[in-house]
Parts: sequence; structure tokens; C-alpha cells
Amino acid sequence: MGDLTRTHVVEGSEQGFATTRFQDLLGWARKYSLFQYPFVTACCGMEFMSFASPRFDMARFGAEAPRFSPRQADLLWVVGTISQRQAPVLRRVWEQMTEPKWVLAFGTCASCGGFYDNYATVAGIDKIIPVDVYVPGCPPRPEAVIDGLLLLQDKIATGDRTPGIIKPRVDPKQGQLVTLRTPADLEESHAALEAKVKRLGG
Amino acid sequence: MEPLDQDLDESELELPAEPMQLKMGPAHPAMHGTVRMMLEVSGETIVKCDVQVGYLHRAFEKMCERGTWGQVFPYVDRLNYVSPMLNNNAFAMAVEKMLGIKPTERCEYYRVVLGELARICDHLTCNGAMAMELGAFTPFLWFIKARDMVWDIFEEETGARLTHSFGRIGGMAKPPTKRFKEHVRAAVAGVLALVKEGEALLLSNRIFIDRLDGVGVMTPELASAYGWTGPCLRSTGVAYDVRKAHPYSVYDRFDFDVPVGTTGDNYDRFMVRLEELRQSARIVAQALEQMPDDGPVMVEDARVTLPPKDEVYKTIEGTIQHFKIVMEGVKVPAGECYSYTEAGNGELGFYLVSDGSGTPYRVRIRPPCFIITSALHHLIEGGMIADIVPTFGSMNMIGGECDH
Amino acid sequence: MSKALQQKLTARFGARILAATSQHGDEAVVVAPADWREVHLFLRDDPSSQMQMLIDLCGVDYPDREPRFEVVTHLYSLTKKHRLRVKTAVGDADGDDAVVDSLLSVWRSADWMEREAFDMFGVRFAGHPDLRRILTYPEFEGHPLRKDYPAARTQPLVPYREGAGVQGKLAPFGADEGMPFGRQTHGAPGSPEVN
Ligand code: SF4
Repeated sequence: MGDLTRTHVVEGSEQGFATTRFQDLLGWARKYSLFQYPFVTACCGMEFMSFASPRFDMARFGAEAPRFSPRQADLLWVVGTISQRQAPVLRRVWEQMTEPKWVLAFGTCASCGGFYDNYATVAGIDKIIPVDVYVPGCPPRPEAVIDGLLLLQDKIATGDRTPGIIKPRVDPKQGQLVTLRTPADLEESHAALEAKVKRLGG
Repeated sequence: MEPLDQDLDESELELPAEPMQLKMGPAHPAMHGTVRMMLEVSGETIVKCDVQVGYLHRAFEKMCERGTWGQVFPYVDRLNYVSPMLNNNAFAMAVEKMLGIKPTERCEYYRVVLGELARICDHLTCNGAMAMELGAFTPFLWFIKARDMVWDIFEEETGARLTHSFGRIGGMAKPPTKRFKEHVRAAVAGVLALVKEGEALLLSNRIFIDRLDGVGVMTPELASAYGWTGPCLRSTGVAYDVRKAHPYSVYDRFDFDVPVGTTGDNYDRFMVRLEELRQSARIVAQALEQMPDDGPVMVEDARVTLPPKDEVYKTIEGTIQHFKIVMEGVKVPAGECYSYTEAGNGELGFYLVSDGSGTPYRVRIRPPCFIITSALHHLIEGGMIADIVPTFGSMNMIGGECDH
Repeated sequence: MSKALQQKLTARFGARILAATSQHGDEAVVVAPADWREVHLFLRDDPSSQMQMLIDLCGVDYPDREPRFEVVTHLYSLTKKHRLRVKTAVGDADGDDAVVDSLLSVWRSADWMEREAFDMFGVRFAGHPDLRRILTYPEFEGHPLRKDYPAARTQPLVPYREGAGVQGKLAPFGADEGMPFGRQTHGAPGSPEVN
């Protein structure tokens, strides 16, 4: 949540109230009310459908409300290959969006052109419009997309506009890279889980 | 594109008298493909329509000429990206036809099962998306949920949810997993149950039926003159299905029906797809029954088969053979052939020209929905603007395939 | 089955059928561009042929042949269930003068396929009322599927953004690298493959 570590709850009144910086509050509010405009062109759109459907459910992240007019949207999903012919359209859609606006490049094609390095395609939408988050994958798995969305929300909250790419996550507890667990670890955690179940049940 | 704010004379600001120009797309929310329509309307009626495709032209045919024969598979995946497995099968069959290779028995069944599962996905997506565009969001979620069940199988088998690149010249990349049959049976039962629920929501809905029935009518003569194939042609009453008319692979061993429509309107196209989905499930059941439980899924042919890893590492012959196939590609004898299969949208043909090297000289795809879309203007001229959405939805235009 | 059709065509057109071949079970005939429409019309209307469908129409480029382009059609009969491929060759070495009669009046499906062949190869179809580009955009110059069109030459419609990291994003290898043996580019002799 933004930088709410700097939030102070002032004691004394009946309910208590909190102070924070206005920018932080704004960022916090914005990140959970993304109005999105899906610019769906190609195969990644299939994965986007899955992502929007109940199993992966992007509504959980406060980004489910699609706006089918760029003028009302603040998050542009570019889903799929952008051809040279499509480029002016994309550029105009982006121009029509109101500030603040964010762009998420969904899939390899939108990020860098993928394996279509030829006369017909734009090798990455960042040649045309600025991008905030790149999600690689052809098509990216929904988990990767969720990761990208969370990264974008972090960036919105902190007001960071440098392009980001999803990468191995840092476990906030340990401050180190999350590594694949060994079978021994797994057994340990299973044992812990079982103990917990027993405790709760008993 | 024309600039956003044109400098217009005052006089031009008045709406022109009839006919009025309207541009729809290419980023129109109700068009899941990328297509642009220039409409001339008189009131709500469409007088003239020019359908423009090509917004997803990715130079498939040019890219094929730059790699080896085997490197075409990832590109065919992304043609009809709703049913990639059918494209894999079609391309593999085309190259095998040129090489004179017959895949193994087990491989044929494996291809049939995966291919029919892909067809189920295709029809689910098409019908679901069409319903969603007409405002019925719940059935769409139902259908996508069903599709995810099938995708789980694909993930289990091929490692990828959508773009598998699983076909190989002369077989499949990997044999089926151990519990393949079990998984498929369970998933297909689940899919059919979900389809039944979703269908009940739609077909008892008066508004939905009214928007489909009698809209976008096509006659059988015109449909064949326009070169239509697949569910769209069958909806007009012509029972042409490549699987029945020219049984390829092992399709002659299954008992299935070819559903046809009567009037060729949107409702027929919708129903033909729904019924085909059930027939595919029937084929899958029979194929699973007949599929041998062991045996290779790759032919033993030094021209196309990679030697076992053990040999590659230990013998010089193995290394050389591996190197030649990977680096130079499978050498396909010079000549040309046209191979056709029934894909999700109709007859998917590959016209291949080889100059005898490891690289295709020309790969021409006959994309069914490019040809179906070429008749779209005929269906919507004379209709209402609102009818474009269901008509377009029922054609199942897939950008990657249509625009190559 | 299509063998009989080939014979029938030879009987009807004689020496105007330049060749009749069969390979991989596909039968094909070659005709001169002047006979293009007539042969197709015959194939559609003759009771022994009844080709109701023009399944496919495409071009193939052979830069070192003269005439340079092949135009290929695939026909199918719904009633007789047979297929035939018809080919003709047009165009000089520079790719000009590639003109053949349009089949639009024979089958409607020729409409977009001919537009595509025109777009990709620059073959013109005489009598086609609306021969525009279809897959590429009107501003596009050249015909991308010709062997001498470099695959990587883009013709952007919007200017690219400037700035560090935007322009320099190119593949770390050239178009002719990476596949030293397999990547045959089939370029026209002497034509630079990479621009
Ligand atoms: S990244 Fe892959 S799946 Fe996505 S649009 Fe590009 S080719 Fe299709």
C-alpha cells in the first residue's frame, strides 16, 4: 500500500484519524480503481479472456471494469501483435486517453515484437507509445499477468514512471530471492501444515 | 488514417444528406477481430459496406521462407490461435504428404484426440464471444470455464496452454502422458455439462434468438461461389466436411454426424457449432477407445526423426544426423503439393512448394476465414447496424488466420 | 479421378494445355495466360467437371525464371468431389507486365484472393473492378512476398519515438546470421537480402 508506512494514526479522538501525503492517498486510491481499455488484437487475447474469466479473475485486483472508450480509461492493455498498419490506431487510442494513464504491454509481441521481426509488425509498442510494464510470454501465463498487474499497482502507488518488467520476486519477509524449494523443504512444510490442521481440528 | 481533427469548413460541419459514412473498427469493442468496416448508412440501414482486413498482417508466409520446415510450427500455432493444434496437424500432414511418410497408428489417434479437443475450444470461444457481444456475459464465462478445462489437458500434454508447437514432421513431440485418457474423459464430460447449462441460458432467451434468427442469411449457391467451407457452409445446408468427404488420418473409423443448417442465418451458424462440439466429443470418445496404449508416436525415418539422445551423445553418426536435421532442416523433395484438412473454420489448406532444400520455398496457407470474411459485406448490406455484431460474431473471424 | 479431367481438358483445348502433371496425388495443368479465364469457365460449367468452388488462388515468385510469377488456383467440385490445380506464368524479370484475366466473374471468391495476390506479388488481374491492397496498407511500397523484398524492411506509418533504449532495440544478429546452413533466403541473384 503506497507508502502508508509513513501514515500516522493520531490518537486522542474517538475514532482516531490518519494523516498521509495527498499523493500517496491518491496513488493508493488509483491503484485499486483502474479503468482499463483492452486493445486486443491477436492470440494473447485468448489468454486475456481467460484472465478475465472466473478462474483467474482480475476483478480481485480492482481492475475489472472495462471501458470501451479510451477517453474514460486510464489503463491501456496492449494485448497482441501491433502491425505497422495498426500502429496509427494504437497511437491515437493512447492520445485520446486522459492523464494519468498507464500502458501495460501484454505478451512478447507487444513488448518487443517477438519472433515477427519482419516488414509488417512494429517491434515493440514502446517505439510508438511509452510503456509502464512489460509482461513477457507468448502468451504470458495468467500468473505472469497478475504479477505484472501487481507491479503496475506498486508503481502507481509510488508514482514511479520508469518502465518495469516482471522478474523473480523478492520475498518481502526475507529480502532475498524466492528460490525453488527442495523436496526436503516441501516435506517440512507438509509436516507443518499437517500439524496446523491437527491443531485447528483438535 | 485521417487526422483526428480535420480542418473543416463551416458548411461541411452539417451532416451530409444521405448516405452517411460510418467507420467501424479496427479497435471496436464489439469486434473481437481486428477489422475495419466502412459503412454507408441510410438511417439505420446499411447501404454499402467495405470490409477492410489486414490489421493483423504478420507476414506468416514470408517468415516461413526464412527458417527450416520444422521452424514453421510455431508460426502455424499463431494462425488460428483459438485451435492451434488443428493447425499443427494440418501442417505436419502437408509436409508428410510431400515426404511420403505415414505417421504411426498411435500418433494418428493422438492427433485426432488433441485436434478434436482444439475444435471444441474453437467452437466454445466463438459461441461464447458471440453471446458476450450480444450482452449475455454469463454464458461466456461458462464457456471460457469449459475451455480452461480443455486447456488444462493441453498444458498437461504439451506444456503450453495455448501455443503448443507440439506437432512434428512425422509425428508428435512427446507420447501421451500416462493418465491422458482418464483426464480427457473427465474433462470432456465436464465441458459438455457446462455447455448444457450455458446453452439453456441462451436458447430460452427470446432476445438472443430474435437477434440471430433470420439475420445474415446466406444461400448455398452463393456460399459455395464465395468459397465458404466449414461450419459456415454447413449452416446453409451443404454437408461438406473434409473429414467425411475425404477422410484423412483415421477419420474413416469413427461414427459421427455432420450437422447442417437450413437457412444459413446466424442462428444456424450458432447451432451448427454447438452440435459440432458434441460430435467432436463423440469422436474423442471413440478415438480414446481405439487408441493403442503403447507404441511410438514418431516414425522411424532417418530423414525426419531425431536420433535418441543416447546415440547423439555417444556415436558420431547420431551426432551428425541430429546436427543435420536441426541445422539444415528436414530435406523435403522438390515439388509441390496441396494438403487440406478440416480446421475450426473450414478447409485449412497448405500449398507447399519445395526446392529440395531444408527451407520451404513457398508456404501458402489457404485460410478459411479470410475467404469467409470476403463475403461479410454481402451479409450485412441491407441489414441494420446492430445486426453487424451478431453476424460478424457468427463468422468466427480470427485475425491471425484471416490476415496471415 | 482428376486424371480423367486432365484428359478431357487436353481433348477439348489440345495444345493450349501446356502441361498436365501429377505429383503426390495432386493433378495439375498449366495454361497460357490468354486461356486462363476460358479454361476456368469450362471447368466450372462442364458437366464432367462441375467445379463449384475456387478453393484457393495464389502467386509464387521464381525470380530466375521468365516469366517470373506463377499464378496458381485450386478448384474443388462439391458434387464430383474432385480437385484440380491450374497454373499459369506471367511477368518479366522485373516483375512488370504481370497481367492475367480476373476470375471474379467466374467465382466470387476470387475477389479477395486476387487482391491478395496483387498486394503480395504485384500481379494485376485485368477486369477486377477494385484491385486495391488488402493485407498491407495503401502507403506500402513494393510487394512483400517477392523474393527480392527484404523481409525486415519496414515502412512505418507513424514516426517512432526518440530516446535512449527505444531505437536501439534490434535483434543481436543480422537477418542472414543465425542459421548458417538452413536459412536459405532464396534471394534473387545479386539482390541484397538485408537492407
Ligand atoms: S506474444 Fe505470442 S501469443 Fe501473444 S500476440 Fe504475440 S505471437 Fe501471439
